[in-house]
Amino acid sequence: MMLLQVASQAHPLSGTVAEWVWLLPVLPLLGFVINGGLALLGLRANGDARPAAGRHTYAGIVSVVGPLVLVLSFALAVAIFGAMRGAHMEAPFIRNYFDWMPVGDLQIGAALQLDQLAMVMVLVITGIGMLIHIFSVGYMRDDPGYPRYFAYLNLFVFFMLVLVLGANYPVLFVGWEGVGLCSYLLIGFWFSDKVNADAGKKAFIVNRIGDFGFLIAMFLLFAHVGVLDFRGVEAAAPSLAFGGWLVTAICLFMFLGCAGKSAQIPLYVWLPDAMAGPTPVSALIHAATMVTAGVYLVARSAFLFSMAPVAGLVVALIGGLTAIFAATIGLKQWDIKKVLAYSTVSQLGYMFIGVGVGAYTAGIFHLVTHAFFKGLLFLGAGSVIYAMHAAYHHTHRHEDAQDMRNMGGMRRFMPLTWVLMWIATLAIAGIPPFSGFFSKDEVLAAAFTRAGQSTLADAYLFGVPGGTVLYLVYVLGLASALLTAIYMTRMMLYTFHGSNRTGEGEQQHLREAPWVMTGPLVALGVGSAFAGWLNLPAILPLGPRHTLDHWLEPVVGAPTALTAQATAGGGEHSAGMEITLILIAILVAVGGIVYAFARLKPERLVPKADSPEDEGFGLVLANKYYVDEVYDAAFVTPTYQLSRIFLWKGVDTGLIDGLMVNGTSALARGLGWVGSRLQTGATGTYAWVLVAGVLAVLGAVTLR
Amino acid sequence: MLAESLAISAVLFTIGVVGVLIRRNAIIIFMCVELMLNAVNLSFVAFSRYYGAEGQVFVLLVMTVAAAEAAVGLAIIISIFRHRQTVNLQNINLLKG
Amino acid sequence: MMQEQFPLFYTFHFYFFGVVAIASALAFVTRKSPVVAALWLVNTLFALSALYVLLDAQFIAAMQVLVYAGAIMVVFLFVVMLLNLGHPSEIADARGKWPVFVASLVGIVLLAQIMAISRSRVPGTMRLPKGLAAGDMEKYGAVGAVARPLFNEYLLAFELTSILLLVAIAGAVVLGRRRSADAR
Repeated sequence: MMLLQVASQAHPLSGTVAEWVWLLPVLPLLGFVINGGLALLGLRANGDARPAAGRHTYAGIVSVVGPLVLVLSFALAVAIFGAMRGAHMEAPFIRNYFDWMPVGDLQIGAALQLDQLAMVMVLVITGIGMLIHIFSVGYMRDDPGYPRYFAYLNLFVFFMLVLVLGANYPVLFVGWEGVGLCSYLLIGFWFSDKVNADAGKKAFIVNRIGDFGFLIAMFLLFAHVGVLDFRGVEAAAPSLAFGGWLVTAICLFMFLGCAGKSAQIPLYVWLPDAMAGPTPVSALIHAATMVTAGVYLVARSAFLFSMAPVAGLVVALIGGLTAIFAATIGLKQWDIKKVLAYSTVSQLGYMFIGVGVGAYTAGIFHLVTHAFFKGLLFLGAGSVIYAMHAAYHHTHRHEDAQDMRNMGGMRRFMPLTWVLMWIATLAIAGIPPFSGFFSKDEVLAAAFTRAGQSTLADAYLFGVPGGTVLYLVYVLGLASALLTAIYMTRMMLYTFHGSNRTGEGEQQHLREAPWVMTGPLVALGVGSAFAGWLNLPAILPLGPRHTLDHWLEPVVGAPTALTAQATAGGGEHSAGMEITLILIAILVAVGGIVYAFARLKPERLVPKADSPEDEGFGLVLANKYYVDEVYDAAFVTPTYQLSRIFLWKGVDTGLIDGLMVNGTSALARGLGWVGSRLQTGATGTYAWVLVAGVLAVLGAVTLR
Repeated sequence: MLAESLAISAVLFTIGVVGVLIRRNAIIIFMCVELMLNAVNLSFVAFSRYYGAEGQVFVLLVMTVAAAEAAVGLAIIISIFRHRQTVNLQNINLLKG
Repeated sequence: MMQEQFPLFYTFHFYFFGVVAIASALAFVTRKSPVVAALWLVNTLFALSALYVLLDAQFIAAMQVLVYAGAIMVVFLFVVMLLNLGHPSEIADARGKWPVFVASLVGIVLLAQIMAISRSRVPGTMRLPKGLAAGDMEKYGAVGAVARPLFNEYLLAFELTSILLLVAIAGAVVLGRRRSADAR
C-alpha cells in the first residue's frame, strides 16, 4: 500500500487534471440522481405507477441535465487525455479511494486506474455517449418515460466508466454487472409490452451464464495468484506456467463472461432481441460500448491471454465463427434493427479475432471505429424509424415502422441521413479510405500473420495445429467481410433506394429528423470516415502511422510481442504481403457491394403485409438457424419442466409445503393425538402416572 | 425417636399411595389422601420436637386444608353420584380429552 | 420429658401406637366396605394422636382428635351413609391381582426412596437451635408455643386459611345443592 502511494506520487500525472478522474463517472451518476428524482417526482404528480401519455412535465430540465453531464464528462476526458499526451507515462495512474473489501488476504480497494487503454475507452464512451444523449433528446422527447430514460442512460454511462476505469477485477465486475442491469432496464424500457420485458429478461439471464464464468475466473485468480488488481496480476502472470491448465482455465472462463457480455457464440442470442429497447439505447449499449466490454476485458487481461495460446485460439475461432454465423443471418432479416444487431454480433466477432490472435491494438482499433460507424448506423436507422413512426402516426395506420419492406426510396425524404448512412456502410464494408477498412484489414492481417508465426501457431486446439486454425479464422473473417458488404448494401438498397412502399398518404409526412438528431449523425459520420487515421498502416506514404499502436504500447505491447514472438521488428510481415492482403480485402468488399447491386432489385419488393415467405435455406436464415428454438428445446423447456415438475411440484409443494410445513403441523397434531390418548379420563391412570413421576423424581434425588 | 417417627410416617404414606392405586371407590381414595396427609403431619410433629414449634404450625395449616378439601371433595362426590349413581372411578371418565 | 422420666414406658407406647397406626392403615386399605375402612382409618388417626402426645405435641394431638377423627371422618362416614354405599356392587371396588402386585412393588420402591432420603442430612439453614421447642413449651405452655409463631411469623398464612375455609364452604354449598332441574 505504501509502495503504491509512493509510486503514484512520483507519477507524471500527479497533481494534474488527472486527479479529477473520479469525477468522470460521478458526473453521470449525478445526472442519474437528478433525472431519477425527476422521474419519481413525475410519478408522484401523476399519482400512478403507469406514466401518463404525452410529454413529461419535467422534459425541459431533463433535456438539459441528461446530455450536459455527458458533455462535462467528455470535456474532462479530453482534458485528461491532453494531460496524458504530454506526460509520457509508462505505468498506470492509480488512485485508491477507500478500502472496499479488506478481508484477510483479500485486499480490494475501490480504486480507479487510468492508463492508455482505459483512456481510449473513456473517450469512446463519453464521446459517442454524448452524441447519443443529444440524439436521444430529439428521439425520446415525447415519450412519457423521458426522465426515467435519461436516468437509466446516465446510470449506464456511470457503470460503463467504472468498468473501464476500475483498477481491479472486482471493481470492473461492479461496472460489468451495472451495465448489465442498465441494459436490462433499457431493453425493457417499454415494459408494458410483454415482448420487450421478455427480451430484457433474456438478456439478463444469458448474461448471468457469462458472469458465472467471469466469477469462476476471478476465484481461480484469487485462489492461485492471490491478488485481483490488474497491476498485481500483471506482475504475477509471467510466473504462471506458460500455456498451463491454470492460466488457460482462467482465460477460458473469463472468455465465457466476454461471450455473454459481447454476444458471442453460444451466448449471442440475447443481442438481437435487445433491439426491443429504444434505438439510441441499441446504438449506445448494444453497439458502441457495453457489448465491447468483453473485448476490453480480453485486452485488459492481455497479460493472461498471452500466456495461454490455446485460450487465444479458442477466442479467435469463436470470434470467426460468430462473425460468419451472424453475417449469414443478417442476409435475410427484414427488420432494419435486426440487420444491424446481427451485424454488431458479426463485428464483435472480428474484435475477438483481433484480441484472440494477440493483436490487441487491432481489436481495440476495430472497437473504436465500430463504435463510430455502428453508432451512426443505429442512429441513422433510428432517424428513419422516427420518420416512419411519425408518418404512420399522422395517418393512424399501425404498420411495422422497422420493416424494410415498408420503407424504400427514403433518400428522397431524408437525403442527409442517406449520405451519412452510406458513409457508415462503406466503412463497415471495408472500403478505403473509410475507418472500417483500416481496422478490419488490421484484424485480418493479424490473423494471417499469426497463423504463420506466433505462439498460437505452435499450439494445438483439439489436435489441430494452431496455424491451421488461424488460417481458417482468416478465411472465415474474409467470408464475413464479403457477407457484410452484401447485407449492408442490401439494407441500404431496400431502405433508401427504389420506390417508396410506405403508402400514398404517409409519403408526404416522411421528412428529415430535427437538427438535434442530425447533428450527432454528422459528427459520427465524420468519425466513421476518418477514424481510420488513428492507426494507419505503415505502407501508406502519408499521415501519422501506427498512432494507436504507439499509444497502447505501454499496456499491451509486451503481451503482443510475446504472442507474435517478435523481437525488435522481427515477425512483421513484408510490405508485399501486406499489400496483397489489403488488395484481397478491398476486392472482397467491392465484390460484395457489386454483387448486391446486381442481384437485389428493390423495385420488386412489396410491403410487408403482401410479402411471401422465404423458402429453402433462406427460410433457415430468416429464422436465424432456429437457434432460439433449439435453445428453447434444449435449455429453456427442460428448465421450465425441471422447475415445474421437480422444483415446484416436487421440492416446493412436496418437500417444503408437504413435508416441512404440513408435516410439522401433522407431527404436532399426531403428538397431540397421542397426548390426548393419554388423557383417558380415568382418574386411576392419572394416579399411576403421577406416582410414576414421583418415583422418577425421588429416584433422581436419591441417586444424585 | 425421630428416626422411628419418620419410618412410621413413610410407611403410612406408602400405604396411602398404594391405597390410591388399588382402590376404585372415590371416597376410599379420598380417605387414602387423608392418610397421606396425616403421615406428613407425623413427620412435621416429629421434626418440631427437635427443631422448634413451627412444625406444629404447619400441621395446623395442613389440617385446615384437609378440612376444606374434605368439604369440597365430598361435595363433588355427592354431585357426581347424583349424576352417575356411582362413586366407582372406573365408571367415571369426565376428564377424558 | 416423659422420655427421660419413664424411658421403658415411653418406648413401649411409642412402638405400640406406631404398630397400631400401621396395622390399622393396612386394614383400612384392604377392607372392602367403605364404612369399615373409614372406621379403621379413624383408628389410625387416634393412634397418630397418641404418637403426637408422645412427641410432646399435646395441642396438635387434641386437634387431631377433634378435627380429624371428630369432624372430618364424621363427614366422610356421613357421606358414605348418605349415598348408601354399602351396596354389594359398590363394595367390590378393589382392582385385580396385577394392579395390586404392581402397586405393592411401587409402594416398596417408594418406601425405599423415602427412607433413603430421610437418611440425608438436613441443611444447616433449616435447623434451629436444639432444645428450642422444649424451652418454648416451658415458657409459654403447649398451646402458647404453637400460638406464638402462628400469630407472628405465620399470621398471613393463618389469615389465608380462613379465606380458604370460606371458599371451601361456599364451594361445598354450591356443589352439594340440588339443582332446581334435578328437584323436579
